[in-house]
Amino acid sequence: MHLAYPAVLAVLLFCVGIYGVLARRNAILVLISVELMLNAVNLNLVAFDVWLRDTLHTGQALTLFIIAVAAAEIGIGLAIVLLVHRNRGTADIDRLRDLREPEGPDDEPEAPAEQGHSAGRQTA
Amino acid sequence: MTTTTLAVLVPLLPFLGAVAGLLLGRRAPGFVRPLAVLPTLLATCLAGVIAFQHGESDPLKAATELTPTGNAALPVELALHIDGFAALVLLLVGVVACCVQLYSTGYLREDRRYSSYAALVSLFTSAMFLVVYSDDLIVLLVGWEIMGICSYFLVGHYWETRAARDASLKAFLVTKLGDVPFLIGILALASEMGSFRISTITARLGSSLSGFHLDNPTLIALLLLAGVAGKSALFPLHTWLPDAMAGPTPVSALIHAATMVAAGIYFVARLLPVFAASAAALTVLALMAAVTMVGSALAALAQDDIKRVLAYSTIGQLAYMAGALAVADRGAAVFHLVSHGAFKALLFLGAGVLIHAAGTNSLAAMSRMRGLAQRAPDAYWTMTIALLALAAIPPFAGFFSKEAVLGAAEHAALGDAHGVPVGAGWTVLISGLATALLTAAYAARLWLRAFHGGTQDAPDHGREPAVMTTVLWVLALPSLAFGILYGVLPDWFDGHSLTPTLITSVLATGLAGVGGIMTYATWRHTTVFAARVPLGAVAAHPERDPAVSEVEAIVSHEPAYGDRAGAPDPADPGRLLLGPLYRHAAQGFHLDAVYTALVVRPVQAAARLVRFLDRTVVDTYVRGAGLGPRLLGSAVRRAQTGNAQTYLGALLAGSLVLAVAAVLVAAGTGGA
Amino acid sequence: MTLAAAHPGFLSPTGVEIVFVLVGIATLAAAVVTVTTSKLVHAALWLVAALGGIAVEYLLLTAEFIAWVQVLIYVGSVVVLLLFGLMLTKAPIVPTVPRGHPSYGALRAEAREAADSGNRWPALAVALAAAATLVTVVVDAFRSSWIDVDRSVQGSAGVTGEVLFQHWVLPFEALSVLLLAALVGAIILSRKGGADAGEPAQGTEPGQGAGQGEQPGPTAGREEQG
Repeated sequence: MHLAYPAVLAVLLFCVGIYGVLARRNAILVLISVELMLNAVNLNLVAFDVWLRDTLHTGQALTLFIIAVAAAEIGIGLAIVLLVHRNRGTADIDRLRDLREPEGPDDEPEAPAEQGHSAGRQTA
Repeated sequence: MTTTTLAVLVPLLPFLGAVAGLLLGRRAPGFVRPLAVLPTLLATCLAGVIAFQHGESDPLKAATELTPTGNAALPVELALHIDGFAALVLLLVGVVACCVQLYSTGYLREDRRYSSYAALVSLFTSAMFLVVYSDDLIVLLVGWEIMGICSYFLVGHYWETRAARDASLKAFLVTKLGDVPFLIGILALASEMGSFRISTITARLGSSLSGFHLDNPTLIALLLLAGVAGKSALFPLHTWLPDAMAGPTPVSALIHAATMVAAGIYFVARLLPVFAASAAALTVLALMAAVTMVGSALAALAQDDIKRVLAYSTIGQLAYMAGALAVADRGAAVFHLVSHGAFKALLFLGAGVLIHAAGTNSLAAMSRMRGLAQRAPDAYWTMTIALLALAAIPPFAGFFSKEAVLGAAEHAALGDAHGVPVGAGWTVLISGLATALLTAAYAARLWLRAFHGGTQDAPDHGREPAVMTTVLWVLALPSLAFGILYGVLPDWFDGHSLTPTLITSVLATGLAGVGGIMTYATWRHTTVFAARVPLGAVAAHPERDPAVSEVEAIVSHEPAYGDRAGAPDPADPGRLLLGPLYRHAAQGFHLDAVYTALVVRPVQAAARLVRFLDRTVVDTYVRGAGLGPRLLGSAVRRAQTGNAQTYLGALLAGSLVLAVAAVLVAAGTGGA
Repeated sequence: MTLAAAHPGFLSPTGVEIVFVLVGIATLAAAVVTVTTSKLVHAALWLVAALGGIAVEYLLLTAEFIAWVQVLIYVGSVVVLLLFGLMLTKAPIVPTVPRGHPSYGALRAEAREAADSGNRWPALAVALAAAATLVTVVVDAFRSSWIDVDRSVQGSAGVTGEVLFQHWVLPFEALSVLLLAALVGAIILSRKGGADAGEPAQGTEPGQGAGQGEQPGPTAGREEQG
């Protein structure tokens, strides 16, 4: 089998993931897009491992690790999204703009949400 | 103790007194008065001892090198030179300074700034001693400039008033205007004559064997004359002196009548051979003296403020001395300097008493008061003596000294004086005679308007402090009798006779009498108006310092009479005598306005131009330099939207561009 | 590695290649729908399709063990977790109307607005540019490389197990510690009381707090077992 097939497929999946990360508004959809990107990388790793016939099977071992780490990531990520949703009432990424440059003295980010957020962090 | 040590102590004692007064003034107020009076008194006694030891003998000389100047032949030396001139002027300075210090203890007894005032007066006295004794031009210049700065501080003693602030600045700037050419002149003179020592310079000029001669005598003399004109208030740099009357009266007496303004005359007297080397310089000096004396006498006739009358009179008398120097007779000049110093100090101190007693400095207001002479009898009698001396009525001191000047001028006019242009002699003689008439006129006007006539009683100010009236009588003595010494003084001076000549005596005394009588007649005519037009503002503070009344009188003169100098008083005999000239004379012939138009306005315009260039042109670049980064910064701020997706998109796009660039470069190198 | 001359060209594909390409197209299509659909739950379900497609690709590449792990973990747990997340965050659900309905277009646009953020077109540009660049480079680099999938199975469970427990034991154990940490972190982060600044609020609502805390738990546990 040509190596180009899995490689090109991985590239295209990765780029679809990029689009999703950049274009989706809901944080969970962004996480889904991240999963797509990770899978593209996994596909690459497996294909090259098979192509190279590595005796240590580094690519496959790494793929397994990435799957595990991705599972941990999605767990933590979802916990954070839940927390944000609970504190701010939304999980939309483009509405979480506390770190933007204020345009004037009156344009400070809303204080109570900030306090609740930091309090939550401290307790955690 | 050798005489040299004594001579060194003379300037040193007041200096130490001033330093101690400045240091202790706040901590130990009890020491301030002794520290002010005693060093000056002691120095004056020493000066008297030196004068009697050295007045008639050979000059005392002593020198020690102070600092090298880079030219081995031209060191700056701490040099003493005491001859008859120096001893006599020194005595005058000491006596007047003592009187002023004593007078000030009464006049400014409650003043908050008395300690610094007394210290500055001591410092000033010390500087004047230095100028008189010094044989070195640079050391003399140091004393000269210290006097300038002390004058600035003392004129501005009442700095709460705008008049005093303006006057002190004006005095400082105008005298400095003359001091710049003065410094250049000193350096030019020293480099041409190869020495800073005055005695060496005069000796080298006097001897044809020395090999030194002045290449540019006129230039040097004129440069020096600029400084002299500034210090001694000769036309055209005299305008600061009338305004300087905004200072306390003792300061006017000490600085602006007896000593500092005399420094310029004394300096020319010491360096007379330099000036005599240039006929043009003598002519210029004679013309300056003539214009100054006539103009100031006319202006004095129109002033309303009693101290401004005396100030213009001072300018006129200084012009007499300058006239004597213009005809190359320094004996007459210094003779007049000393006698004038005595009676003018007396006049100013008496005027201080009078201002206190009357509560005003305006002659118009005084002329409406009855019994001022009875309120202040000491001031009345002593001022009468001093005014007679001023008007050169025999046998008072002013008569002999002025006759000495006029005699010297006549001598020169007749061509008997060697090296003096005849024209200079005639100029001085004629203007001097004319001024004698005018002087008598304004002296009579002052006397009549201050002490006679009036309908209302003068305000009661209680007794004047005894120390002030005592000082008046101390000074009245030389005003009365100093002239008798005309037979002795030539031995102290150059040896020229100071005896009055018959023709000028008769002429001048006659003119003075005419002036006095004319003024009296006019006064009799105009005094009836005084009753019809009430006028006057009186500041009565019987319990307070005399100085308090003076401050208020100075401040209130302009609002009360509409002018700083004149007053709209139809009872003024000067108004009738001067006719249409009166208005211009009251304003000092508009010289201030001319200076404003010629100097002040262009300077202010230049300052505005510089301000414009700085604010508008230079700052534009500075602001532009700031604006660029600001705009850039706000553009970058705009990118900080807080949207993580935007950041990530930009990051990926940027890394994509980098990757493409790397691929292209790799492809390019691979292809090559 | 095999020389380029030793394998047939792209114009004469083998059977495995044809299957791989077809499954790949399906996977890609599912992925595209995942990131473009305006219905959030649909996105998660299409993700299942995409991940399953990738599992098939692993099988075609003879990596059997990876394929089953993929199915178990991703399709089985991660997607379930995502669906829970979508429900817990009360993701907006657009009412479904038939295609011919008058408000169909407006609702669709509204749903798209709700799902996609404003920088959709820049994102598309970046993604397309990245795809073009990477495809160009990858094809240029590997157009002559050949994978010999017929000779031996590369990723059977036995082979993978040997390699993993002989050569990768230490990273494997370290990974288990990481997963434990992630488990603890997820529990603490999602506790209800965490939002109330340390108040004993979790005691008042034990059921909800425990339920949320447990969610990552089974997932992580299963990871460790895998």
